Amino acid sequence: MKTTADLLKIGDVALVTNFDVDKIPFKLLEMGCLPGNEIKVLQIAPFGDPIYFDVNNGSHLAIRKETARDIEVEILTTKVD
Amino acid sequence: MQNINVALIGNPNVGKTSVFNELTGLNQQVGNYPGITVDKKIGFCKLPNNAKANVIDLPGTYSLNASSVDENVVIELLLNKNDKLYPDVAVVVTDVENLKRNLLLFTQIKDLEIPTILVINMIDRMSRKGISLDITFLEEKLKTKIVLVSTRKKIGIENLKKAIVEYKSIPTEPCLNASSIDVEYFEKLKKTFPNQLLYKLWLVITQDVNFSNIERNEVRNSFTKSNNELKRLQQKETIKRYQFINETLKKGLTIDHSKATDLHSKLDKILTHKIFGYLIFFGVLFLIFQSIFDWSSVPMDFIDSTFADLSLYAKANLPKGVFTDLITEGIIPGIGGIVIFIPQIAVLFLFISVLEESGYMSRVVFLMDKIMRRFGLSGKSVVPLISGTACSIPAIMGTRNIENWKERLITILVTPFITCSARLPVYAILIALIIPEKRILGLFSLQGLSLMTLYLLGFFMAIFSASILNKVLKFKSKSYFVVEMPHYKIPLPKNIGITVLEKTKSFVFGAGKIILALSIILWFLGSHGPGKDFKNAQQIIEKEVYSSDIPINPSVIPDRVSEYKLEHSYIGTLGKFVEPVIKPLGYDWKIGVAVISSFAAREVFVGTLATIYSVGSHSDEETTIKHQMKAEIREDGTPTFSFATGASLLIFYAFAMQCISTLAIVRKETSSWKWPLIQLVFMSGLAYISALLTYQFLK
Repeated sequence: MKTTADLLKIGDVALVTNFDVDKIPFKLLEMGCLPGNEIKVLQIAPFGDPIYFDVNNGSHLAIRKETARDIEVEILTTKVD
Repeated sequence: MQNINVALIGNPNVGKTSVFNELTGLNQQVGNYPGITVDKKIGFCKLPNNAKANVIDLPGTYSLNASSVDENVVIELLLNKNDKLYPDVAVVVTDVENLKRNLLLFTQIKDLEIPTILVINMIDRMSRKGISLDITFLEEKLKTKIVLVSTRKKIGIENLKKAIVEYKSIPTEPCLNASSIDVEYFEKLKKTFPNQLLYKLWLVITQDVNFSNIERNEVRNSFTKSNNELKRLQQKETIKRYQFINETLKKGLTIDHSKATDLHSKLDKILTHKIFGYLIFFGVLFLIFQSIFDWSSVPMDFIDSTFADLSLYAKANLPKGVFTDLITEGIIPGIGGIVIFIPQIAVLFLFISVLEESGYMSRVVFLMDKIMRRFGLSGKSVVPLISGTACSIPAIMGTRNIENWKERLITILVTPFITCSARLPVYAILIALIIPEKRILGLFSLQGLSLMTLYLLGFFMAIFSASILNKVLKFKSKSYFVVEMPHYKIPLPKNIGITVLEKTKSFVFGAGKIILALSIILWFLGSHGPGKDFKNAQQIIEKEVYSSDIPINPSVIPDRVSEYKLEHSYIGTLGKFVEPVIKPLGYDWKIGVAVISSFAAREVFVGTLATIYSVGSHSDEETTIKHQMKAEIREDGTPTFSFATGASLLIFYAFAMQCISTLAIVRKETSSWKWPLIQLVFMSGLAYISALLTYQFLK
């Protein structure tokens, strides 16, 4: 299912499909958040923002919701409670 | 044989500094890069076969695409072959658990064709995480020498030293063929500059740093592309590098997830929990403040009394004269005023470095970001605001990792409101004077509560000003925020020890120089004066006493002479000059002098009063500063430090911008005089008005 990274829930694994280089901080790319790599939501901070991801199996980082909104993803697995 | 130059390079949080500490021990020198306030750490290390190395610990960086002054330093050194420290060999430090991401920087360094050793650190965690490595395969594929290291278990350092000695045998082939990023563009580049390394040229084109020996304009003029195009190419480069890395690690690194224990995510769940997370954070803060005031008081009292004794001893044993006066009234109290800070500074830096090394600080950033944003700050502002309780200077330098300029500027502007350690002695002595030593409910000391109130006052003023600035400042900047959440680690005592030592040392010598110089100047200004009044003080007072209608005991003469001299000294003249401005705040001219001299640095306040009062009394008994202050009376016989005056001073010091070093650092970090001047005027204006209101209400 196609969506954006800010809408993922804790435990969701998704594939980065596309994003706008001009909107995304370059540092995020360097951390491995690139089209074709997997991201997984580890935690969401109280009040829903920022979001804490595992990127490309091993890069642990947190970004704000508004940045996550600019990352298009495709959900691979979603956690069922 | 010449020393081998070794550059230590790595991402933040990979244990690069631990490797540096293991290699060099205490043979370290911390300096500054010319013109910028980035720490330059160089160490010295003995190697096998009688070889020696100069090791430079470069600032942590995620890549060679620099986005801060700290990161620029790395590129500038690696591209400048004429630099005295240009490395013979680069040592890239990586964390075995983050190898994939860490290798990005490695491949970039490799492409500069410098002999490069790959250190894989924290191998003691491999078995716990179920990680295994195929070293032979990785060495071949990455064209490098790999050294496995655990600084925690002290494994591999000797192998690293051996590898450094044999650096000439390391291949210098690049990992990525730069031309593959954009064949046509790079071919043209190659034709124009056949003698230059392609990747180096690429960095010259894309990076905004100072290059000394490459004609950057020449390169740029003939090869301009729009920023967007360049960015797209950089993205392509990054994707290509990751493809190479992912492919290499697919064979070179295997993780058996069944063996991995997952303490990490359990800790994360608790520490970032919506209730426990905040409770733990406030618990940690409480512990920090408790220990700063409690644990430090014993050594501080000891230092205070030692210096009082020392002064007394010097006075008794040195021959009488100007030089002795300078030592006992100027230098010894001056040095004492610096040394007394050491316990608190050390305890504070101890906590801050433990919080950072353990990885907890990033969780606080994550937890606080949403809340801080309401005030125009960032989650990352929490760290400067906490370390601002030690000193604003490192705190303001610590704002460099805040990506958003508006959030960073607001953090810089409000940080000086946070009660720094320099205010502490001022608070401590004034509270001791005006607040009775009572306990509320038999538990909380009234003095302790007053101190806490002042800390809270500073904090709320910082937050309040931030939200005003947030409304006033009109910047359009994107809210970039990327924070790495490193693995939890038990901090290494050696690292913590070295950090605390270094920070304390730089505080003592940095601030110490100013305090010492000022106390000598003050002593001079207080014991010399213009005009006849100062010179003939003895005769004037004697005449006054003997010609008085009411009989006066001649034994008061020496005290009166000292008083009179002080009043007519240079400093007294200055104090009298400003008296009309500060009188409405409840201060006399002596306090005025102390306030003026503390515009350079707040902590000078207590020392100044001490110098003024001890110059002003002829007595040989050394009494503590507190006693002298308590004994001061106004012309009408009431004590100088009444409740209203004390409270007004406390409020003044809580808000006033009195630190030249902070203004200098703000000027540097914002590259304009505008912001430090706004800070100075706003904070000092606020301080004056609040102190005025306080005194007028309480009088």
